[in-house]
Amino acid sequence: MFESLGADEFADKRHSIDLAFLRQGITFNVYGDSQGTERIFPFDLVPRVIPAKEWEFLERGLVQRITALNLFLRDIYHEQKIVKDGVIPAFYILSAKHFRRECVNFNVPKDIYIHICGTDLIRGDDGAYMVLEDNGRCPSGVSYVLENRRAMKRSFPAMFESIGVRPVDDYPQELLKMLQYIAPPGVPDPTVVLLTPGVYNSAYFEHTYLARQMGIEIVEGRDLVVADARVFMRTTKGLQPVHVIYRRIEDDFLDPTVFRRDSMLGVPGLVNAYRAGHVSLANSIGTGIADDKVMYYFVPRMIKYYLGQEPLIPNVPTYLASEEADKKYILENLPKLVVKAANESGGYGMLMGPQASSKDIEIFRQRIEADPRNYIAQPMISLSRHPTHVEGAAFEGRHIDLRPYIICGEKTTVAPGGLTRVALRPGSLVVNSSQGGGSKDTWVLYGDE
Amino acid sequence: MLSRVANCLYWMSRYIERAENIARIVDVNLQLLLDLRNLNDERLAEHWMPIVLSTGDEKAFLELHIKATGQAVTEFLVFQPENSNSIVSSIGQARENARMVRDQISLEFWEELNRIYLFARSPEARKVWRRGPSDFFQQIKAASLHLSGISYATMLRNEGWWFSQAGKFLERADKTSRILDVRYQSLPERGLPKSISQTEALGWSAILRSCSAWDAYKSIHGADVHPRHVAEFLLFNEDFSRSTRFCVSELNSALRRISGVPSGRFCNEAEKLAGRLEAELQFSTVEEIFDQGLHCYLDQFQTKLNAIGSAAFDAYIFQDFGPEAGEMMIQQEEQQQQQGADS
Repeated sequence: MFESLGADEFADKRHSIDLAFLRQGITFNVYGDSQGTERIFPFDLVPRVIPAKEWEFLERGLVQRITALNLFLRDIYHEQKIVKDGVIPAFYILSAKHFRRECVNFNVPKDIYIHICGTDLIRGDDGAYMVLEDNGRCPSGVSYVLENRRAMKRSFPAMFESIGVRPVDDYPQELLKMLQYIAPPGVPDPTVVLLTPGVYNSAYFEHTYLARQMGIEIVEGRDLVVADARVFMRTTKGLQPVHVIYRRIEDDFLDPTVFRRDSMLGVPGLVNAYRAGHVSLANSIGTGIADDKVMYYFVPRMIKYYLGQEPLIPNVPTYLASEEADKKYILENLPKLVVKAANESGGYGMLMGPQASSKDIEIFRQRIEADPRNYIAQPMISLSRHPTHVEGAAFEGRHIDLRPYIICGEKTTVAPGGLTRVALRPGSLVVNSSQGGGSKDTWVLYGDE
Repeated sequence: MLSRVANCLYWMSRYIERAENIARIVDVNLQLLLDLRNLNDERLAEHWMPIVLSTGDEKAFLELHIKATGQAVTEFLVFQPENSNSIVSSIGQARENARMVRDQISLEFWEELNRIYLFARSPEARKVWRRGPSDFFQQIKAASLHLSGISYATMLRNEGWWFSQAGKFLERADKTSRILDVRYQSLPERGLPKSISQTEALGWSAILRSCSAWDAYKSIHGADVHPRHVAEFLLFNEDFSRSTRFCVSELNSALRRISGVPSGRFCNEAEKLAGRLEAELQFSTVEEIFDQGLHCYLDQFQTKLNAIGSAAFDAYIFQDFGPEAGEMMIQQEEQQQQQGADS
């Protein structure tokens, strides 16, 4: 469909979109750069297209997965039946870095733990989708989905009419609906706020974007105070009550009186107010354990255990370094495997065996032997490739993944499509924005053509 | 409205206004030099130092520069990153404040502010500056005026709007008074000057042009430039949008729109002081001011404006959200960056 477009015209459109993103400040901050440089998240004009049938299948698979994850979280913070029934060894739960003892036996509003999930999907050589990770804490990137679509609509309006692409722009409404749904009981018109770490956070643009789209206040920790186990925001007219917090700060920093005492981003007393049921949080405290890469290994078993179903979208084959047989295999095959630390994200704490130097491999060998609980390994999956516009050349294949966004409120909805990230460097498999990744618009079609 | 947000909107407008006014001051003074003859170092310093004084940053200036040469002063006022009130720094701070309240301002406003920010920091800005400072100042002034127009045309007239108006007019009143004070050394300490030289007349007309007041002034007083008329016009004119009276009146009504208290009454210190200052400007004459000494009067005027600013802060903001002590700031910044590094 891009054939009718001349190379110059294509380059023009691309340039004008880049410029628009920069002018609108649709950027992320580059860390470790004292100039406070902001970069745009490079955008590739060639959309990724997903036919209706394929999407329906993904949707079912994702809903199945998040349903099981929420049941799992409710279970391990209460009866721990899954442990008692021997499906997951107790050792793994107790040693999980993000297991929050403070939350045991606490009933979260409506029993929902993960309200917003950004599951990373990849496709292997055979084209089959697999889940790479779940991201049940504060997944980011959805603002790029919305902005990429706007940019594409401006540049190629005719294509949308002729092809039939499902819209994504009701995401903020769905999000707000969910946030209002989880408000403490007895509050007819709840005040919802978005809690951001602040302007230096890489996702700050997204925080303001979503707050604006939902028409809610964006607050920092210092804007909130807790009195009498209730949360208030400081306004020009005095203190105003707050009922629901969409927080984009991780558990550790949320409340210096409970978690990290040096946190300067949190609100002292917030956890107390939360436990008293006067304020609701999305996502709930304690979901980090589901992001532990060792727990990921058990998600297919959770689906069978809680739902009695076979998982629709499988995991990537995974080896646990704390299982003797697996560890032996991992250590013998390091140059072939991808090793990941259980609680790192963003492409950090990772070894890409086939591309790693022997020195790096040795470092990881030692780390795995010192702390096997903290490592998993997976075979190197060659991510599927997708035509991508390349500077100087025309189109070349580049590796991509997909992060759909799931909202879990009164019902569970998946925004059609999601964020397609693309590794812009030839041959690279790393799609993270911090490491040379870009994005594409993702088109879920009404039909199958 | 969140107190922090109100504070950001207030400072965003102040910094935009500040950048524009500094551009005005430097531009007019560079042009003025073209009319002067027999310039030596001493006379240049005599010309430039009062301008540094008028921005209230002479201490910072003397730490960075030995002599008030044109080069040093313009660098200090236009680009110098160490000067937190230079044009480029002011635009940067306006933009940083805007970024914190991105959800409160229109897309068009943000785009324009972001555009001028990117321009001011680019090598292109230096290039334009070297080709001709006037073009450079033109761009800064145009951007500020453009922002003003965009905000009138696109922003909600909500509480945030009135905070930003309060910031804008407080800053403008302050800057107009400082511009008017630039030539005070040529005035007698008290009373009006008997006669003024042609050079001084040029100086006073430069003051008018700094405030975009030349045409408006001429329509009232003709081409005859006299300190008495200039001061009267810039202090008391009711209809000129950069006169101190006009600005204080706008500031006063912005404060009242925030609280809902009608004029003639007050519910906090800021309103009391603003109302009093407006009345004072309404019921004063320029003769009284020259009797007291213009410089002395303007000095007190600026102190009164500061008092209104800090009273408004106490009434609505409560806690200081400005830059914290270095180390805390860095730690906070690091923690902000650690969050959600999943993309």
